[in-house]
Amino acid sequence: MRALLFSLFSVFLFMSPARAQSFAVKETTLDNGLKVLLLEDHKSAAVTFQVWYRVGARNEVDGKSGLSHFLEHMMFKGTPTVKPEEYSRIIAKNGGNSNAFTSQDYTVYFATMSRDKIGIEVALEADRMANAILDGPTFENEKSVVMEERRLRTDDNPAAALGEVASAVMYMVYPYRRPVIGWMSDILHLTRDDLIQHYKTYYAPNNAFIVAVGDFSTDDMLAKIKQEFGKVARRSDPPKVTFDEPPQDGERRVTLKKEAELPLLAGYYHTPNLLAKDAFALDLLSTILAGGRSSRLHHDLVYEKQIATGIDADYDGLAIGPSAFSITAQVMPDKDPKQVEQAIDAAVAKIKSEPVNERELQKAKNQVEASFVFGQDSIFGQAMRIGQFESLSKWQMIDDYLPGIRAVTAADVQRVAKKYLDADKRTVGLLVPTKENGQ
Amino acid sequence: MKPLLSIGVLAALLGLPPRADGRLSPSQTVLRNGLVVVTSEQKALPMVTLSLLIEGGSRLDPAGREGAANLTAQLLTYGTKKHSAVELSDMLDFLGATITTGCSEEAVTANLTVLKKDLDAGLELLAEILTEASFPEDEIERQKQAVIAAIRAQEEQPGHVAEVKFMETLFPKSAYGRQVEGTAESVKRLDRPTLVDFYEKNIRPDRAILAVVGDVSQKEIVEKLARAFQPWQKRAGAKPAAAAPAAGAPTVIKINKQLTQANIILGHPGVPRTHPDYYAIQVMNYILGGGGFSSRLMDSIRNERGFAYSVYSQFEPQKYTGSFQVVMQTKNESAAEAIKIAVAEIRKMRENGVTEAELNEAKDYLIGSFPLRFDTNRKVAAFLSQVEFYGLGLDYPDKYPDIIRKISREDVLRVARQYLHPETLIAVIVADQAKADVKALDTGGGL
Repeated sequence: MRALLFSLFSVFLFMSPARAQSFAVKETTLDNGLKVLLLEDHKSAAVTFQVWYRVGARNEVDGKSGLSHFLEHMMFKGTPTVKPEEYSRIIAKNGGNSNAFTSQDYTVYFATMSRDKIGIEVALEADRMANAILDGPTFENEKSVVMEERRLRTDDNPAAALGEVASAVMYMVYPYRRPVIGWMSDILHLTRDDLIQHYKTYYAPNNAFIVAVGDFSTDDMLAKIKQEFGKVARRSDPPKVTFDEPPQDGERRVTLKKEAELPLLAGYYHTPNLLAKDAFALDLLSTILAGGRSSRLHHDLVYEKQIATGIDADYDGLAIGPSAFSITAQVMPDKDPKQVEQAIDAAVAKIKSEPVNERELQKAKNQVEASFVFGQDSIFGQAMRIGQFESLSKWQMIDDYLPGIRAVTAADVQRVAKKYLDADKRTVGLLVPTKENGQ
Repeated sequence: MKPLLSIGVLAALLGLPPRADGRLSPSQTVLRNGLVVVTSEQKALPMVTLSLLIEGGSRLDPAGREGAANLTAQLLTYGTKKHSAVELSDMLDFLGATITTGCSEEAVTANLTVLKKDLDAGLELLAEILTEASFPEDEIERQKQAVIAAIRAQEEQPGHVAEVKFMETLFPKSAYGRQVEGTAESVKRLDRPTLVDFYEKNIRPDRAILAVVGDVSQKEIVEKLARAFQPWQKRAGAKPAAAAPAAGAPTVIKINKQLTQANIILGHPGVPRTHPDYYAIQVMNYILGGGGFSSRLMDSIRNERGFAYSVYSQFEPQKYTGSFQVVMQTKNESAAEAIKIAVAEIRKMRENGVTEAELNEAKDYLIGSFPLRFDTNRKVAAFLSQVEFYGLGLDYPDKYPDIIRKISREDVLRVARQYLHPETLIAVIVADQAKADVKALDTGGGL
């Protein structure tokens, strides 16, 4: 895919904690600053190996949006010893699946292979950390590919297009106001020098970490990683992102008119990320509001009133920068988006004015805990979780997560609802479908 | 190949010996009610995944009542004789579990993942929806509206619009050419007697396969199932006849939408999953367009020209039929050119076949990546129920490498010539037609 990652934050957050997993993670830091996180898991015959670079769209500047993502694509165009696109071919003919993705906060390259073949991936990742060419006749073609990707994912996708314009309004200063894939005109004008500069600044062992989970021996894996990545030279530390999003005073509203079938309503509230104590209560708040068919919003809007086809509440606590709590609903045919908004507001008002009952809170905690265990079913999911926590702060935080969830009280949920779900500090996006003549 | 379903209906506890991949070691049991249970014990996590597949989906919809199978499946968790829809939702959420029901042309499915400690409660609920679903009138009305809205919402996904139109053109007058959900009109016509009738006739253990993967032994789960599923009784009536949908004529269909990209599907009929040439076709298709970044279509359309982000081909098999499709999206203006290149690649495959190096790469990938399909309990459960449904045999994972290894360049050339038909393609183009400007298909062979 060489895919963007718009929604994985929240998905994997829900797949968070019941049984501590991180005790088994073995952490090592090489001399060049590359951190290595290894977790043996022998329940299947596969190993997933991921290289996480601490760079994403949040590290970009105006006029250069989409640079991290374009660089991710060009990382497949070879090194002095590996021809363009040969990387994918080598992994595939060794029975592996490989890909990469870029988010606001990080860029990740990965392959999943059998134990006896994963060393091939280790060597290839070390090679392209140091020696990517990023140039040549593939440059313009790949730019066209990225523009096609933008058309596919955003321009012809009404929900994604609404998310893009809402972010641009919600954030005035912080780089999250720009899309990961970049504005079309920015993509068009990105240069080879931009790529090379970005690569040299951010693709350093001391600005990256490795996560491997699966059927390997920690000693052998670490030896192989040291052998391949030990050769890569440390670079100067990359610049820090220094932006602060100023407080929002007053609601912001944005409308997108586009060919579509049903209106989509999305509300975004500013919140702190997982490093804040309130994070656990915010996570449970999202579950109580829209986690499962018996959740408040689902029951009221989708089941009882039948004014929404579906509803979602997400707390994006794994974001490094200013994070958000969002509530998104697709409106049923012939229903008024205003009615949907009023119903959501009423549910929000209620959770602010009355504490949730104990059983409802326990249900939400059970959902989060079960999801954590289910999340461990996949080695890729486990590696993602370790990587996201490490990207935000440190992977050991995984162990604090479940106790944090368990400790949340009904009063906490009410308090964070009051504190953060403030209509004066929200951004509301509305997709208004237009319909041209077909055929 | 016949499904194992037919062996000893009354045989209890027919355990098969463990297989080469010790980690999978599936066993099979047939309960007294005819339910085939395939198990794989995985102790690493305190969870159990159950994947139920009941043969007979939308292809059993009564005429004029299209969408009956799908709505029946959807209603299973919306009320039983013991519990209301609201109570069921609350009970499942309290366990942190979800029962996901679904429907395809050929099967109704139900999936449940629960923590080991909640296994009994989960089994009880699963048995309850299979034996005591009550189809309350108000819930039927609600879910009809939900399905009609979902059909509408899908209309804004251009890839989906193209797929629906393609299948409709490929298999006209057949369940395989209709949306499983039915149409807004046919769903409006569905009523309680139709759903109850479908439920009583078709949601039955003697056409069902249940894969159980997780922290429970075969002995333990079979005992639990024998108890919990005891009320689920086998029914009379012969198995539904095999489907044989007839293919539609080649044509070019254009759907106009305000889009920046043309969403294109080119294709024709394929083969069913049990076809003897299935594996040679998969190898051929891997090289043509199935092999991700290693395929010819990806090389010529994405890497060499930058025409598309996503382009692939697939021979998608079902039990009784199959389709071949090339799927891609490209900016409206390059639609005609991209189609021309895709057709040229199909022709080239027919004319020249593949090189030894390509063949080996394809085989190495297919054999090498096969075990990666089993990296989660959920994937193992889905895999085991499919193996049983298609009658591949529990030793299929052991046989697979040899099946692929034996395929030769001659086999690939033969199946390319036999199963690729660039002269008789159906083409669906969902695009801003004024900009896309695709005339007829340039198939090189005249259309």
